Amino acid sequence: MPRTPDLLFRTLADPTRRAIFEGLCRHGEQTVGALTTKAGVSQPAVSKHLGVLKQAGLVRERHEGRQTHYRAQPKALSPLLDWTSRMAAFWESRFDELEKLLNRMDQ
Amino acid sequence: MTRTASETRTVVVEREFAHPPEKLWRALTQPHLIAEWLMRNDFTPVVDHRFKLEADWGVVDCQVVTIEPHRSLSYTWAALGLDSVVTWTLTPTNTGTHLRMEQTGFGPDQTRAYQGARYGWPKFFDALEQSVARLG
Repeated sequence: MPRTPDLLFRTLADPTRRAIFEGLCRHGEQTVGALTTKAGVSQPAVSKHLGVLKQAGLVRERHEGRQTHYRAQPKALSPLLDWTSRMAAFWESRFDELEKLLNRMDQ
Repeated sequence: MTRTASETRTVVVEREFAHPPEKLWRALTQPHLIAEWLMRNDFTPVVDHRFKLEADWGVVDCQVVTIEPHRSLSYTWAALGLDSVVTWTLTPTNTGTHLRMEQTGFGPDQTRAYQGARYGWPKFFDALEQSVARLG
């Protein structure tokens, strides 16, 4: 299943989830417990965020005994490194502003 | 699917506006109006005119390529390693105007894009949250 930029944008738009992902990118593989310590939210909340990240292909899990380790998959970000998806999002937001301006110009 | 950094790519954004083409044309070509929806600028609707679009994240270097009043406008758009051409096309409709924006260009080199994405994430995604909200 191809990962669309929309899915990645939606997945990473949540600041807590993004922080978890960035932490995995910076510090390598970590357990759910270690991630919870840093996240400032409950372990179930962290697990839920990890589930969403996994759905988007951004993390992989590895079971070792009773521990689950998570690792970032930075390659999944490649659609975001594509300038076209960034520019599309940029222009959509500019079109929104243009629409607001046109409505103001009537008054 | 791998792509080379030099490959030409295109972004198209289109929208229907309940406003006449003449009015959209003003918003697309008058500097004080452009500043309200796009960026600060020194645009002049003259072919070959060089102008800059300025935002807090940087400057875009532009040059007017073609102008057909109330119908189409194109200018080069160079920023952050991206060399591209932006073309606006206005088509009158029964209810107003169909506006099409097409940006065609060569991608920035991947190393630079990666650095930008990595260090610009917080700002980048904060700015995207609005767009994302619309994606539903």
